[in-house]
Amino acid sequence: MSTYTLRAKHRRSTLRTLAFLSPWLIGFTVFFAYPLVSTVYFSFMRYDGFRPPVWTGTKNWTYVFEHYPLFWPALRNTLWLVVIMVTLRVAFGLGVGLLITKIKTATGVFRTLFYLPYLAPPVAATMAFAFLLNPGTGPVNSLLEKTGLPAPGWFNDPSWSKPALTLLALWGIGDLMVIFMAALLDVPKEQYEAAQLDGATPWQRFRYVTLPNISPIVVFAVVTGVIQTMQYYTQPLIAGKVASGVIQGAGTLFEPGYPDKSTLTLPQLVYNLGFQRFDYGSACVVALVLFALSMAFTALLMRRKGGLIQAGER
Amino acid sequence: MPGISRKTTIALAASASIALLATACTGRPDSGASDDASKETTVTFWHAWSAPSEVKAVKDLVAGFEKAHPNIHVHVVGNMTDDKMNQALRTGGAKAPDVISSFTTNSVGKFCSSGALVDLDPFFEKSGIDPRKTFPKAMNEYTRFEGNRCAVPLLGDAYGLYYNKTAFKKAGITAPPKTWSEFERDAEKLTIPQGDTYKQLGFMPNYHGWETTTEHYLGQFSPTYFDKDGKSNVAKDPAFEAAFKLQKKLVDALGGYRKLETYRSGLGDEWGPKHPFHTGQVAMQLDGEWRLGMALDAKPKFDIGVAPLPVPDDQADQYGKGYITGTIAGIAATSKKQNAAWELVKYMTTNTDAVVNFSNAIHNVPSTLAALKSPKLTYDPRFKTFLEIAANPDSTTAPASVNGGVYLTTIQQFGYDYESGKATDLKAGLKKTAAQIDTDIAQAK
Repeated sequence: MSTYTLRAKHRRSTLRTLAFLSPWLIGFTVFFAYPLVSTVYFSFMRYDGFRPPVWTGTKNWTYVFEHYPLFWPALRNTLWLVVIMVTLRVAFGLGVGLLITKIKTATGVFRTLFYLPYLAPPVAATMAFAFLLNPGTGPVNSLLEKTGLPAPGWFNDPSWSKPALTLLALWGIGDLMVIFMAALLDVPKEQYEAAQLDGATPWQRFRYVTLPNISPIVVFAVVTGVIQTMQYYTQPLIAGKVASGVIQGAGTLFEPGYPDKSTLTLPQLVYNLGFQRFDYGSACVVALVLFALSMAFTALLMRRKGGLIQAGER
Repeated sequence: MPGISRKTTIALAASASIALLATACTGRPDSGASDDASKETTVTFWHAWSAPSEVKAVKDLVAGFEKAHPNIHVHVVGNMTDDKMNQALRTGGAKAPDVISSFTTNSVGKFCSSGALVDLDPFFEKSGIDPRKTFPKAMNEYTRFEGNRCAVPLLGDAYGLYYNKTAFKKAGITAPPKTWSEFERDAEKLTIPQGDTYKQLGFMPNYHGWETTTEHYLGQFSPTYFDKDGKSNVAKDPAFEAAFKLQKKLVDALGGYRKLETYRSGLGDEWGPKHPFHTGQVAMQLDGEWRLGMALDAKPKFDIGVAPLPVPDDQADQYGKGYITGTIAGIAATSKKQNAAWELVKYMTTNTDAVVNFSNAIHNVPSTLAALKSPKLTYDPRFKTFLEIAANPDSTTAPASVNGGVYLTTIQQFGYDYESGKATDLKAGLKKTAAQIDTDIAQAK
């Protein structure tokens, strides 16, 4: 076979490979590589979307980290939600999943009951929670007061607003419950039988049989939970707006984070800076912080040792 | 599960982060005003009104224009929020608006300085119209920035005091308060406690009480927001300190921030029929002229009184002034039909009959001096208070700034901290607020 024929064959093979890869390559370039590169590029520019971009060096970075008063509260809130809300969501989802797999009667009813709230649109669900948890007129506080328990300010109190958001997230646990149920039902029964024969307690059966079998699903739940929480935008915005009484109208000002910046999250800042303050450069800085954070969290969760997935665990 | 390599970890982490990146910036086409407005053409008009009666009023306004200009057709798109307009003005395109009308004046500074809306002075000049003689002073101010008139007032909003006449009578108050001292006394007299809450609150002073924003209070103190160098005057002009002190005094006198905030959280919303003024839960309300129609529609069980908001005790001679803002109109820089668009803007904003009819239908304050005096203006006699506030030369507004309403939000944020007791040193807080405003402006330039 001549060198020319070999080269042609090789080229054809390369082209074929690229053709097969092209859907992913195009998607990767358009939806990841280009936005990432332009986000980095615009983070060093003054760009308001109207005038041409102007190089300003690290001005936007300095502004966001040193002078933008909403950045640090938003970062703290986002981290709080990532740690507390994700942990509780996974624990609660797993707990409900376990409980439902153990129930012998009316399984379908319980599954439906726990899954239904997940189908509620986020805006409607948040508004319903704001109504239920209204400190002045909400049924939850009326009930608490009747039973002599302290009635918190919920979405109107900075120390209760994030726990209130967490309650909302736990209410809509249906997606995780279904995933965990599928994983739990997939655990080989003989492993439980063997453990039981060895005299393992229920906790030991959960720790040494259930958990190792479902650990990839736990990782999946945590990683997707972290990503979802990093993008947490609608619920805190709606809760803050409804509780503050500000319904955008003539002359009213956009007020993210009510009360006292406690429901402010980083995605809200990206929107606030980019689309309301016309400061794309600073918005890009916040977007990059989010990107770096999600990279760090994911790497931490998936590293070889010490993470949620460990080598040779299964 | 098998161990995961470092490369895979990084790849997974990177893939997991894809969804977090949301940025795709687009350019915008060049603008130009070379179209022939006498030829057959269609201009697109975006506005923010959404209520059926308001949408009909816009349609009637446009129908009047099309009758006067048979060659120019108008494609009307309603219920457009500021965010949507901002985006369309950035990107342009075939379906983008030629003319926009926004409910807020907050973006005027940014629109003027960035060139998103075209400078209308040459158009005014060409048409022989002097904006200073056409529009009230405050409206003239909030539609321009640093010599660039990129917007025109299209109906105005004036803020005044609504009061429950029946509750006033019961409390033995014979006339609406004219100074803040009188106001404070009346608010306390009108407050009827009930357990831990209120049967009736004299006034909801908290900054979250809908229209009781910092700039609306400040309007009564005639503040100068910026000095001649464009630096924030918040720490230097005593009007700011006086306004903050007054509000805090009201908050403390009427029950304290937490108690008021709990009461407020259970009240009906600003735009609904169960607004606390309609239901008699608050006896006095700082609000715009639109509240009268909304309150009458709710058929309250009391007589509604209307008056200008009080003024500081040492400015009693200026009683009658108020805070002014309003809807604005402008022409998109991306529009290829700017001359035709100007014909529409000119008609909507300067044709006295058009402004009067629109004002009659929308129940807003007319935005030209001629329309304010027009005999064709039909209104409830109480509405006259707002017409007088709008025409009052002492009435104030918040000036346009290069970064829009960011400075107002910054002042408001300090207001939240001060009213709740989180910030206690007023002078230091105002200094910090001024420094923040200057930093934000420097960032936007």
